[in-house]
Amino acid sequence: MSIKVLIPTPLQKFTRDQATIDGEGSNILELLDSLEKDFPGIKARLCDDQGELRRFINFYVNSEDIRFLDGKNTALNSGDEVSIVPAVAGG
Amino acid sequence: MTQAITPTCSRTTAATFTGLKCKECGAEYEAKAIHVCEECFGPLEVVYDYETLRRTVTRESIQAGPHSIWRYRAFLPVETDTPIDVGTGLTPLLQANRLARRLGLKRLYIKNDAVNMPSLSFKDRVVSVALTRARELGFTTVSCASTGNLANSTAAIAAHAGLECCVFIPSDLEAGKVLGTLIYAPTVMAVHGNYDQVNRLCSEVANTHGWGFVNINLRPYYSEGSKTLGYEVAEQLGWQLPDHIVAPLASGSLFTKIYKGFQEFVKVGLVDEKPVRFSGAQAEGCSPIAQAFREGRDFIAPVKPNTIAKSIAIGNPADGIYAVDIAKKTNGNIESVTDQEIIEGIKLLAETEGIFTETAGGTTIAVLKKLVEAGKINPDETTVAYITGNGLKTQEAVQGYIGETLTIEPKLDSFERAWERAQTLERLEWQEVTV
Repeated sequence: MSIKVLIPTPLQKFTRDQATIDGEGSNILELLDSLEKDFPGIKARLCDDQGELRRFINFYVNSEDIRFLDGKNTALNSGDEVSIVPAVAGG
Repeated sequence: MTQAITPTCSRTTAATFTGLKCKECGAEYEAKAIHVCEECFGPLEVVYDYETLRRTVTRESIQAGPHSIWRYRAFLPVETDTPIDVGTGLTPLLQANRLARRLGLKRLYIKNDAVNMPSLSFKDRVVSVALTRARELGFTTVSCASTGNLANSTAAIAAHAGLECCVFIPSDLEAGKVLGTLIYAPTVMAVHGNYDQVNRLCSEVANTHGWGFVNINLRPYYSEGSKTLGYEVAEQLGWQLPDHIVAPLASGSLFTKIYKGFQEFVKVGLVDEKPVRFSGAQAEGCSPIAQAFREGRDFIAPVKPNTIAKSIAIGNPADGIYAVDIAKKTNGNIESVTDQEIIEGIKLLAETEGIFTETAGGTTIAVLKKLVEAGKINPDETTVAYITGNGLKTQEAVQGYIGETLTIEPKLDSFERAWERAQTLERLEWQEVTV
């Protein structure tokens, strides 16, 4: 079950400068755990101490903001694309 | 009279900014092309040496500077003494007596960036700063995610500066906004999607292409350009701050930077401190910041935009929470208005003050009216409404809501008949209103 994940520049030092990586999981939370296994330290940048997604990061599944879906429990299927994007941009 | 703007050879004096700092956690960074904190993803802000500014900048030194935003260069994040100066800024601050009377205010001013240079919106301010900094950081291609005005400005100023340019816009923008970009011959990507989708795509492109995106990796520098809307109003009011400002809210950046501009002028002793109320304007069809303000929330729930006010249709506003915070702590308000009210706002400003603004300006005027009617602006307050864009770019919005020409023959009697008919129509309209 492979999920394509787009990594923003500030996190690419965790992914050995790769902008795109493969992850696994049936929802966003599981995906984050799979990323942490492959790239230790990355999860703490994406989640706060309570395990909630940080407020200045947006997650998109196949271009849709997960806040319009099921948030961190949004289901993932093989072949989905998850984009991690800093919230502070544009305007 | 306008002076000729001649490029001179580049030289550099000591910059007054020292680096970047996370607005959330305080982590510090070098002044490079980065926009978010690596620790917490909070926004990065430019840090200045205010002690030096206090010692070296005076009202006189500013007034002796160029007739553009670059008279405030010491407060802007560039190193060069020869920034890209296409005459941006120092737009009129008009005392709007007829509109004030209509609304029941005593001292109302319009800051008219509908006539900003070169592309007729406030975006010329932020782009002049961003592209000057882009050049300093060695970028040869510049880009942006835009609702229209920013694309116009980035393409125009990039053309002047000789920078390659590729801009991204939603594919359903007004014709004037698209043409007003294409004329400068950049590459234009018209994306099937709303602005928030365009913005997300640009963030992804910025990960892999080494371009200077003015509102992404150059955003800390870019956004500082909006402070000049604060500085200019203070200077044009005779070196004092107004009591109340009303400005449109899209990402919320403009709003927060006008606030920062006023604060900085107080901090370095250029104006006296006084409370200024900050009120924001949104279109009901895209009002995530107004909703958060109304509900007393400290987070923004994103929305999918559906409004004629496309230039401010950002459903996922980056600085939304900061705008809510400023409105709250200054005892201001954030209000939204319907598309119909926006059209009425555009017409009201045109008919009372001779200023043709776009939908964002119509939103601002409609919110101004709504706030006055609700008793939320004191008639005695010196109030400034920020008009940020030009109506000729969004003609679709008012088509069908304005009068028509009287087509006549080149003969006196044809004119007389048409004139008589026009007078009758005017009387009928007048009767309709008063009955």
